[in-house]
Amino acid sequence: MTPDEWAIVRLTLLVGGVAVAATLPLAFALALLLARGRFPGKLLVDGLVHLPLVVPPVVTGWVLLLAFAPAGPLGRLLDAWFGTSVLFRWTGAAIAAGVMALPLMVRAIRLSIEAVDRRLEQAARTLGAGPWRAFGTVTLPLSLPGVLAAAVLGFARAIGEFGATITFVSAVPGETETLPLAIYSALQRPGGEAIVWRLSAISVALALVALVASEALARRAGRGTHVL
Amino acid sequence: MSFDVAVQLTRGDARIGAAFQTGAGVTVLFGRSGVGKTTVLNMVAGLIRPDKGHARVNGRTLYDRNAAVDLPPERRRAGYVFQETRLFPHRRVRANLLYGAEDEARLAETAAMLDIAHLLDRWPRTLSGGEARRVAIGRALLSDPEFLLLDEPLASLDAARADEVMRALERLRDGTRLPMLLVTHDPAEAERLGNHVVRL
Repeated sequence: MTPDEWAIVRLTLLVGGVAVAATLPLAFALALLLARGRFPGKLLVDGLVHLPLVVPPVVTGWVLLLAFAPAGPLGRLLDAWFGTSVLFRWTGAAIAAGVMALPLMVRAIRLSIEAVDRRLEQAARTLGAGPWRAFGTVTLPLSLPGVLAAAVLGFARAIGEFGATITFVSAVPGETETLPLAIYSALQRPGGEAIVWRLSAISVALALVALVASEALARRAGRGTHVL
Repeated sequence: MSFDVAVQLTRGDARIGAAFQTGAGVTVLFGRSGVGKTTVLNMVAGLIRPDKGHARVNGRTLYDRNAAVDLPPERRRAGYVFQETRLFPHRRVRANLLYGAEDEARLAETAAMLDIAHLLDRWPRTLSGGEARRVAIGRALLSDPEFLLLDEPLASLDAARADEVMRALERLRDGTRLPMLLVTHDPAEAERLGNHVVRL
């Protein structure tokens, strides 16, 4: 690979990695809320979480642009607190990737939490564990394969993100131009086919590795047993 | 007075409840399937909240509707041996046994008494039904309980396995002063183990 291609791959992995790392705690909290919570408006929360999955990515990107623009609610906060902006920055690309990956991650984690027999937590309680210890020592470790699967799946989704990213932070080479955006811009250039071939092959390889890993983890979780 | 229980729960048309006061030893809750024996255990353990009544063990109030006392399960000091054992699948037998224990001091002695010392490094899914039942009894005992709740401890075991567990329970009854509340639908079991029999 040429240094330019390496830089694109590195940026893509950075954006995907940061997106997943930042989204995972939020996804876990939402998954727990949806799996265990009973509250009015649960259906609405469920729907909002899943919106990025069903809305055209361009719309998601546009909403992010409105929110993070200098005059937007989140853009103003970022500027006031940190004196910074995520527009046209790799951090913005990571936000777009994270938002798009969120519903997939919530679904995977929610299923794995729901698959844990709650009666095991009851057993832990009768053995003297408070609700938090019971959750942390029983449900959390037993749902961990699902959490890992969610991370891998979310990562695969994040490194493939295109529509929301290009709408939100545009395709700035070296800053927001991840693999899919680089492939698209190479396609627009005469004589860019060779680059398209190579970058596409890299994308397929990355996605395949992530999917196979995710499937393996999900199968292990599905057996209901846990190999440490 | 070991057990002083009077609990009642209404679910739709069904009324589940029991009222009994019994002395030391094993109190057997005896009745046909579906009458709510396990629900009574769950109410004593704090896993299900009764609609009314009270539950006291050795003079300690665990639940009293009128006095607004309702201890959470982790403060009731119940050693609950579930019918389906509920061993933690991601922990080896040793870690299961020690889950509710302060330290390892009584591990060897308890494992020897229940004949499970050779199983400590095994995973729960590799245990036979009788072995898993005895590990579950050990786990409950090591959590330093003030009383034991045993839900059909011999159910779905073949004769030989049931006999192993039965002997362990007899050693327990004769060797400790823990009050035990045992649920069964088998008259022979009730007869052999029970100091007091409560019919539901």
